[in-house]
Amino acid sequence: MTLVQTKIGRRAFIKNTGMASGGLVLGFSWLNSCKPEQATKIAAIEMPKEWFDINAYLKIGDNGIATILSPNPEFGQGVITSMPMIVAEELDIAWKNVLVEQAPFNAELFGRQFTGGSQGIRRGWEGLRLAGATARQMLKEAAAQAWQVPVSEINTESGILKHTGSDKTGSYGEFAAAAAQLSVPEEVQLKEVSDFKIIGHSKKNVKGKEIVTGKPLFGVDYMKGGMLYAMPVFPPAFGMKLKDFDMASVQSMPGIRDVFKIRTHEEDYQRNGFDTTTFTEPIIIVGDSNWEVMQAKKAIRAQWEPFEDYSFPMMGRGGAQTVTVPSGLERSSAHMAKMQEMDAKPGRVVRRDGNPEAAFKKAAKVIERSYSCPFLAHNCMEPINFFAHVTDDKAELAGPLQAPEFIEGTLATRLGLPIEKIDIHMTRMGGGFGRRAYCHYAVEAALVSKKVNAPVQLMYSREDDMTFGIYRPAYYATYKAALDENNNLLAFHVKAGGIPEHPLAANRFPAGAIDNYLAETWEIPSNITIGAFRAPRSNFIAGAEQSFLDELASEMGKDPIEFRLELLDRATKDPVGENNDYEAERYAGVLKLVKEKSNWGINDSGLNRGVSAYFCHNSYVAHVLDLKMENGTPKVANVSCAIDCGIVVNPDAAANMAEGAIIDGIGNAMFGEMTFSEGRPDKSNFNDYRMIRMGEAPKNIEVHFVKNEIAPTGMGEPPFPPIFGAYANALYKATGQRHYHQPFGSNKPQIIG
Amino acid sequence: MAKYTLNINGKKQEVEVSAETPILWVLRNHLKLVGTKYGCGIAQCGSCTVHLNGVATRSCMLPVSAVGNQEITTIEGLSEHGDHPVQKAWLEVDVAQCGYCQSGQIMTATALLNNNPSPTDEEIEGAMNGNICRCGTYTRIKKAIKLASES
Repeated sequence: MTLVQTKIGRRAFIKNTGMASGGLVLGFSWLNSCKPEQATKIAAIEMPKEWFDINAYLKIGDNGIATILSPNPEFGQGVITSMPMIVAEELDIAWKNVLVEQAPFNAELFGRQFTGGSQGIRRGWEGLRLAGATARQMLKEAAAQAWQVPVSEINTESGILKHTGSDKTGSYGEFAAAAAQLSVPEEVQLKEVSDFKIIGHSKKNVKGKEIVTGKPLFGVDYMKGGMLYAMPVFPPAFGMKLKDFDMASVQSMPGIRDVFKIRTHEEDYQRNGFDTTTFTEPIIIVGDSNWEVMQAKKAIRAQWEPFEDYSFPMMGRGGAQTVTVPSGLERSSAHMAKMQEMDAKPGRVVRRDGNPEAAFKKAAKVIERSYSCPFLAHNCMEPINFFAHVTDDKAELAGPLQAPEFIEGTLATRLGLPIEKIDIHMTRMGGGFGRRAYCHYAVEAALVSKKVNAPVQLMYSREDDMTFGIYRPAYYATYKAALDENNNLLAFHVKAGGIPEHPLAANRFPAGAIDNYLAETWEIPSNITIGAFRAPRSNFIAGAEQSFLDELASEMGKDPIEFRLELLDRATKDPVGENNDYEAERYAGVLKLVKEKSNWGINDSGLNRGVSAYFCHNSYVAHVLDLKMENGTPKVANVSCAIDCGIVVNPDAAANMAEGAIIDGIGNAMFGEMTFSEGRPDKSNFNDYRMIRMGEAPKNIEVHFVKNEIAPTGMGEPPFPPIFGAYANALYKATGQRHYHQPFGSNKPQIIG
Repeated sequence: MAKYTLNINGKKQEVEVSAETPILWVLRNHLKLVGTKYGCGIAQCGSCTVHLNGVATRSCMLPVSAVGNQEITTIEGLSEHGDHPVQKAWLEVDVAQCGYCQSGQIMTATALLNNNPSPTDEEIEGAMNGNICRCGTYTRIKKAIKLASES
């Protein structure tokens, strides 16, 4: 047992009296809206007569069942199951006696309720364990007091308290009322990893039943009496703004209530890093139904005009700054020409080891290859939407968002309301992938509700969603390697840039493994907005780097896995430089595991195999991908995946994440692309933006986890970046041609009829 | 605006909407049956799939005036207790990630299995090709359909 101070997240463990009276205030909960007998039936669990709040994360019923709150927003990554699993483990309760609910947004109680950067489980780990362990300790103390025995003589087992030395036993339900009155212990015992009974043992998605029966879980399903439907009309191109619009053109259409423009931000508003938005002055049409509003969107007559360069103040990571948005109607063909121009010039040096220039001069052979990728739209299946009901003294909001705390202050400023008068409910998200970290649409919904003085659901059409921006940036990278006459690697050079940011993490592998190393970056400003997209930057640079290493291994006459292991061996035993941000042994570990599990090098001569490995979000992933050509079309037969993300809380759900990342990556490597003509996005719906479909997904995916007792690290993002490289490397084996520029396949979708 | 009497999940439902209103919005906005999802509005993603007389149909392009007294089944009406073999298979395989597209996936899969109780991989891929899953749960969807076909 490990003794741990309960300082972390202590505020959440101290009973909140405001909530104690009527039970916890729960988030948007369908189960909670049911009558008790109905809830009992649906949850297939007997509801207690009374609940007792032990701390902010959990309450225990008089019949011994527990409700555990999942603090973070859920967008499919499964934290609504895995976070409560961690609490339940340390509470020591049978999983079948646990009900799970989405926690309300309350940063004071729950800390950072943020879905992004694959940090949920990693950062939540200790606090969630403590939430369960402190509750268990309080239950033990309550039993000790009742039985008049020392607390040290009390044990727990799956929701039962037992006194060693006598036959006294009792359920958590019997002692919940007394435990709820006790003060939080200063110190608690955490379980040993080897004693885990829930963590590491796959549990089904707690929302599974509600999903497969079509219950209203999502923001777009949120309903309130008297609610109106609102949709935006945005400029048709980046670089343009609203000039004027003719209200009369739609005002009298059936079901239309109001037409007006809003301003998302006041001109002097200092934005935060997540206040990204593209069009700050949309027209809004409000009506009785989505369909009627959609008709008005088509009919409205509006004039747009190009904007001049403009600036706004921002408080970003680097402190207060002024962001300038350049004018112009940008084109993808010009983007590529500009990136190549920047690539040809010296960049900004971000890392240098040894003397790369001298090494390149004396090289017998220099290999140089360039890679690129286009902008990508997130295309979450649930289009952007938010519910708002703003009155003079408060704002009630609900919808899909990854980062409630980053929009709360923005809402307060824009609405002129104190933060405590703003209530944000986190609904289940129909995907996020980074897009919903930028919650400008909550502000838009709030402004609309305020204007029409009614509850409002603001929804974007698919076209609005896809053409709004906040895209994955376009990137470009050139890799160079210097070899001597014996094909030994002398030096390595990477120069990478993008529009409007570069993708390079200069201290990642192969930095640290090569004596002479140079990394440079560059950037091109743009008015096309960008944002986080599953494994930002890594989602390009991993594929480029791993494709280059593959080609390099081939030039050197080496097996691609052995070549990487040699480099990692060097980085383990005698690392170059100081700031290498990966653990070379763990990196090598996933390569060794995937080699074993894929039977690499054993009877695989008929297969077109590509390997790739990458480190990001504190985790290590390697893939081996087998590809077949069928009538000239590449088909992925199998993917073997090895992951080291420390302790895996919910293995089957984690495997699901990895499978999704692999399919997402193959889809984007093959088809994903957003292009622009005169500032206008060339694609606006799934008839022209090609998404991967079932027939293009791998036939089989096997996910393997490195078994260790390291505290959990990132899981949702790390399997995504390396799949691009594995795919490109297998495609080379299958076609004899190297693929450098994404997308590798046709970007023209099949029309589904 | 006109009055329509629709046969939805075995119940007669009356709505007053314009003739071209797609069933998707009749379900979502007027009848508050929100299990059927909007994804693209042009029948390319399958999120809005319902059964029209047992045939998987994209409700986002199905005008209310074209329905008449044909039977519409939505995800809410697929089974009384969420225990249709396809729903059970979905839970067993733990298919969903975000879950937004899954009601459409389930409705398409159910229609497939009604017509073809033991589909091959190719037949499954063919039938499911119109349903996008952005999270990439395709391998699990296929597994769940096979599991359901065995039950």
